[in-house]
Amino acid sequence: MFPLQRYEKADSVQDAIRLLSDNPEAKVISGGTDVLIRLRDGKKAYNQLVDIHDLDELKICDITADGTIRIGAGISFSEVIASDIIEKHLPHLHKAAETVGGPQIRNIATIGGNICNGVTSADSASPLLASNARLIIQGPAGKREVALSEFYLGPGKVALDQNEILIAFTISKQDYSGYSGDYFKYAMREAMDIATIGCAAACLIDGNQLVDLRLAFGVAAPTPIRCKQAEEAACGEIINEALLTKIGDALAEDVNPRTSWRASREFRLHIIRELAERVIKNAIENAGGTLT
Amino acid sequence: MAIGQPANRVDAVAKVTGRARYTDDFYRPDMLIAKYFRSTIAHGRVISIDVSKAKALNGVEAVFTYEDVPKIKYATAGHPYALDRSRADVADTLLLDRQIRYMGDEIAIVVAVDDLTASEALELIEVEYESYSPLISPEQVLSKGAREIHPGQSNVIGEHQFECGDLEQGFSQAEVVHEGQYETHMLQHVHIENHTAFAYMNDLEHIVIISSTQIPHIARRIVGEALDIPWGRVRVVKPYIGGGFGAKQDVILEPILAFLTMQLDGRPVKISMTREECMLCTRNRHPMTATVKIGTLKDGTMVARHMDTLFSTGAYASHGHSIAAASGSKNTLLYPRTAIGYHARTIYNNIPIAGAMRAYGSPQVVFALESAVDDTARKIGIDPVEFRIQNGARQNDLNPLNQKPIQSCGLVECLEKGRELIGWQEKMSQRRQQTGNIRKGLGVACFSYGTGTYPMNVEIAGARIILNQDGSVHVQTGATEIGQGSDTVVAQMVSQTMGLPMENIHIVSTQDTDVTPFDPGAYASRQAYIVGNAVYKAASELREKILTYAAEMTDKSVSDLEIEGRNIVLVDQPGKAIISLIDLALDTYYHTDRGGQLTADVSHKTLANPATFGCTFVDITVDISLCRIRINEIFNVHDSGVILNHSTAKGQVEGGMAMGIGAALSEQVLIDPESGKVNNNNMLDYKVPTMIDLPDIGCAFVETVEPTSAYGNKSLGEPPVISPPPAIRNALLDATGVAINEIPLAPQVLFRHFKQAGLI
Repeated sequence: MFPLQRYEKADSVQDAIRLLSDNPEAKVISGGTDVLIRLRDGKKAYNQLVDIHDLDELKICDITADGTIRIGAGISFSEVIASDIIEKHLPHLHKAAETVGGPQIRNIATIGGNICNGVTSADSASPLLASNARLIIQGPAGKREVALSEFYLGPGKVALDQNEILIAFTISKQDYSGYSGDYFKYAMREAMDIATIGCAAACLIDGNQLVDLRLAFGVAAPTPIRCKQAEEAACGEIINEALLTKIGDALAEDVNPRTSWRASREFRLHIIRELAERVIKNAIENAGGTLT
Repeated sequence: MAIGQPANRVDAVAKVTGRARYTDDFYRPDMLIAKYFRSTIAHGRVISIDVSKAKALNGVEAVFTYEDVPKIKYATAGHPYALDRSRADVADTLLLDRQIRYMGDEIAIVVAVDDLTASEALELIEVEYESYSPLISPEQVLSKGAREIHPGQSNVIGEHQFECGDLEQGFSQAEVVHEGQYETHMLQHVHIENHTAFAYMNDLEHIVIISSTQIPHIARRIVGEALDIPWGRVRVVKPYIGGGFGAKQDVILEPILAFLTMQLDGRPVKISMTREECMLCTRNRHPMTATVKIGTLKDGTMVARHMDTLFSTGAYASHGHSIAAASGSKNTLLYPRTAIGYHARTIYNNIPIAGAMRAYGSPQVVFALESAVDDTARKIGIDPVEFRIQNGARQNDLNPLNQKPIQSCGLVECLEKGRELIGWQEKMSQRRQQTGNIRKGLGVACFSYGTGTYPMNVEIAGARIILNQDGSVHVQTGATEIGQGSDTVVAQMVSQTMGLPMENIHIVSTQDTDVTPFDPGAYASRQAYIVGNAVYKAASELREKILTYAAEMTDKSVSDLEIEGRNIVLVDQPGKAIISLIDLALDTYYHTDRGGQLTADVSHKTLANPATFGCTFVDITVDISLCRIRINEIFNVHDSGVILNHSTAKGQVEGGMAMGIGAALSEQVLIDPESGKVNNNNMLDYKVPTMIDLPDIGCAFVETVEPTSAYGNKSLGEPPVISPPPAIRNALLDATGVAINEIPLAPQVLFRHFKQAGLI
């Protein structure tokens, strides 16, 4: 039994914004895989809900005329996995989607919810960060756009007003064209688990040169992060084992994991470095490169 | 021949079609829901409690606190009644208590019209505590001047030791001595169906309790004891149950529910624990530390071994010192031709309550022993399989504890078979010095275990078989089907002994203490063995009665007759019916001048406890820098006597091994060492392996014949869980040279040890 006080199903994004504006206590529910857990735990902040599940406006997954990939916020992880566009152009996001929960969770949980929930362990966050994803957000005053890197304000906190709806993610052509990618979820189980560390990399190579590296982590800091120092150390360099070590050394400046009862900082730091090397190596090899 | 056939489970269709009814399926329209108010500190005392706001909430029927319940301390352990009261279980539990002994302890209880109202009422209860510093670790509990967790009782609730043979002489003779410390942590059963039960009264006298329990007949007695009412007023009904693994071998919900329904005019009151509650506030596997010392000759002959163990029972005694005691005894048969010493203590601490869990202490003790055995084999440079074969039990070896010969024993054959299955010798001979990040390892461990609890407890079982009007039979036993498959093997036993086809045997699965024959319940891997002897007796008796009646009807001699399927035949003319069982049955019921309902109703005590044996072989790959172990192949080989049903036996072994793999690699209840708070009492953070995490699981049997069993079988329910953890630990040692003496071998544990060893 859930202590639900009020529930309204929106029939459009506009309708959802109206319902949310009319009731400042209301919160959005989509797949419900985070919200219902909190409600079951008796968290009263979630007992008035506006349901945006299955709205057509949130289900887009396409490439626009200028080559921008649009991924609707209401797409489930199973739909992300089934998307040819994502499989072809954003392999790291595709792989990350496969690691979310189990089949039942992936069938109902949405990529938009994963990001708006604001947790550092969100599997879709680091691949989206690595591809410079932008968010299209709609509110009473219309639409606005924000970079994912600016969306995270702190643990569980995102730059989204109570009466705003995340519509879609966009990834411009220059951010995916020619890039290969990889994702590694390090968890205690191979399924039905949250990441101890999640690592995503997108690479652009030219022969034996690493033209561009985008490296992102989940659980390496209070929010998902990009690793600017590591990326700077890598860009334009010749691909070899020594480069991986150099990236790993630079990484220490980027990450700041914490000790919790789930894992110690020291252990997370070890795994971060290990994953960075493995994920970058795989991404380079997926792009046809080899490490010498 | 029904025994040994892979017969379908008799409840398979009911379960897969959703028709099988479990406790929560018995809905009653006027049922109330009760929820416990639990402590938020681990050690202390309630100074004051105010439940007035909770009582005033709309929909709340009643709130009871420690002030309202009988001041009767009772023991919760699911053991048969001890005639010798000095050996009775520790009575240290009140229905509700103001003394707080772990974070989650039961202080008050709310009864409301539904679950949400009850939860809301809990938030309105105001309580003031006096806090004491929590005693979590054994060092804290045993420190001088430590507060008594149960005032007036020592924090050491049990201690014993024994010696078989001359230990001192053994160690003085030893040419090589290994000594090591080993540790296992708290585990959870994680049965699928949480603890759930409800109680009501149909009249002014009798209390009916429907409960998901392994021990309905014991539950009846303990409810009587806890409330000081005659046991006959209590009726416990056990419908289908979704697993127990020992967590339901304790009486947890039944006494409070009986109290509540009595207080509320007999209205039905139900408690369905949440998963979080179930993992925190029922029972768990004892954390244990052990020091093991093994002495051998250079040729590999084990001459002496000693084990010193410390078990933590947590806030309440539950099974008390029995688990430390039983596990100390059961492993003595593994390497019996040596001097053996054992010393054990069980302590209280301010952590959740440990009780029975699959294999009852043996997984902890055998982890320590079998790790030490591998360490010893390495020290003397002998192959660990050879070392075990050399010292392992053989048929007619003397049981060190009672000096009686071991009548059935296939340990050596199990080891030989397992070695073959995993390709031990071939893989070892191809082994090169390993230096990289990815390394492979092979491991072995074995175990011995008992079948039942004799002579510590009575081993009694009842069976009743009735010839129906249509020539079929109905069978009632006291054996408690908890998913392990006892109903199915009981049907096979009846079929075997009476000659009836399986489809003409109907098993009454529900246990109802008002109706079913007495049996203490499902635990100690006793059920198929102990009930088997009662079923054999009842089936033989009814067979005899049927043949006697047939002889009377047909004017033949009893000794010339036999039951064959649905007919009675002449022994020397099989296949040729002289009278059908239907005609015979109709005659017994409806002939105006002769006959009567043919039944057999027996109660049988078994006076033996045969040892079972087996081993695990495992092949692993270790990714050192990722601190991960992957199992490539794993096999358990069991000597459980005659295998009654190969399908259900395989199911038991696979399930037990999966549980053992979880214990070896990922499962641990994580307790904050300062506050005593359990951090991971949920299925996300308590890491039960998923199907993807588990390898293909292999199993095989070495079938011996146990002469004290009517059907030749011995225990199989619990043993599969015992030896996988030490085998995996030994494989890790083989792969990396790092001896990790604790489980689980979770990534963070590997990280710590690999770092110490300079591997990362």
